[in-house]
Amino acid sequence: MKPRIQPILVLRALAVLAGGASVVGCFSNRQNEGAKLYASHCSNCHGAAGEGLQRLIPPLAGADYLVKNRSGLACLVRKGMQGPLIVNGVDYNQVMPAADTHLTDSQITNILNFVQTSWGNKGEIFTIREVSEQLRGCGASDGQ
Amino acid sequence: MISFSFCRSFQVALLTVGSALAFSSCSDKPDAAQTLPYYGERDVRPRADGGPADTIFAAIPTFTLTNQEGQTITNQTFAGKVYIADFFFASCPSICPKMQSEMLRVYEQYKDNPQVVFLSHTIDPAHDSIPVLRDYAERLGIKDASRWHFATAPHDTIFRLAPRYFAAAQKDSTVAGGYAHSGAFALVDSDRHIRGVYDGMVKEKVDQLIKDLPVLLREEAAKQKKAQ
Repeated sequence: MKPRIQPILVLRALAVLAGGASVVGCFSNRQNEGAKLYASHCSNCHGAAGEGLQRLIPPLAGADYLVKNRSGLACLVRKGMQGPLIVNGVDYNQVMPAADTHLTDSQITNILNFVQTSWGNKGEIFTIREVSEQLRGCGASDGQ
Repeated sequence: MISFSFCRSFQVALLTVGSALAFSSCSDKPDAAQTLPYYGERDVRPRADGGPADTIFAAIPTFTLTNQEGQTITNQTFAGKVYIADFFFASCPSICPKMQSEMLRVYEQYKDNPQVVFLSHTIDPAHDSIPVLRDYAERLGIKDASRWHFATAPHDTIFRLAPRYFAAAQKDSTVAGGYAHSGAFALVDSDRHIRGVYDGMVKEKVDQLIKDLPVLLREEAAKQKKAQ
């Protein structure tokens, strides 16, 4: 038995593919880089919905830390951190490792913007320029 | 508009497939005779009286560990219960938070059932002292150590135990945190046999564990009834 493909369906699918790119959430495109990078680099600890883990791993969803420490976020993603910190009034004290593979300035920008705009977060968007400036401040910009 | 309607028809298609799946799973009748498999090597020993040969299943060896309250725990601690074991370390930056959040999901479902106990072994006993383990447990929200033990032991003891639970654990300076280990959860019955191994990093596998637990608990209940 040969599988039969109906030409009308193929045509319809093609038309849809062409039109679909404009529909947010229907098809993936490069706009989702931040989400993909978050899934591969951050979500094991911070959770798929930015929920964190009890009092071990701080949440990113609704975290006041993102607002209060905006100027340090790019370096935090690139270099990780150690020692106690307080998020939404709860103290945490785990090691956050540096990214396990190199992330470019633009990839860090996309991660930060994914976090800033996900799970109800409505943080101010980062530009690559701002992220590169922050990273230069901790000697870690790669200018890309 | 075309793409919008496609999105909708796509959703409808998904819903249709989804409900078909749900329907077929509904029609799967729960099998009362269902039992969990035995993991590991087995030995068949002929009986001296010529009766049917006995099958000897692999079992967890005797162990002595110390939990987050400084209490000694042994196989006896788990007598008459089933337990779920994993291997982690408190400063683990890679897979442990995900694993322990999945384990926590199982714990939440069974925390009121004293028949089910949890046992997390640290593979970094040099760092994970009893106060560190206690802090970790408390931060995870575990107040009663007798329900979920966070245990330590000399390095060699832990690394000899890990493979018996099908959890590979070894020192590896090339990975973040310094230890490579698998995120396996092992389900152990009251006779120390492993009855399930699940990848604690995969939600669907952990869902399977949650589904398997009642099967094992039914078997345990029947065993206890028989022994009376």
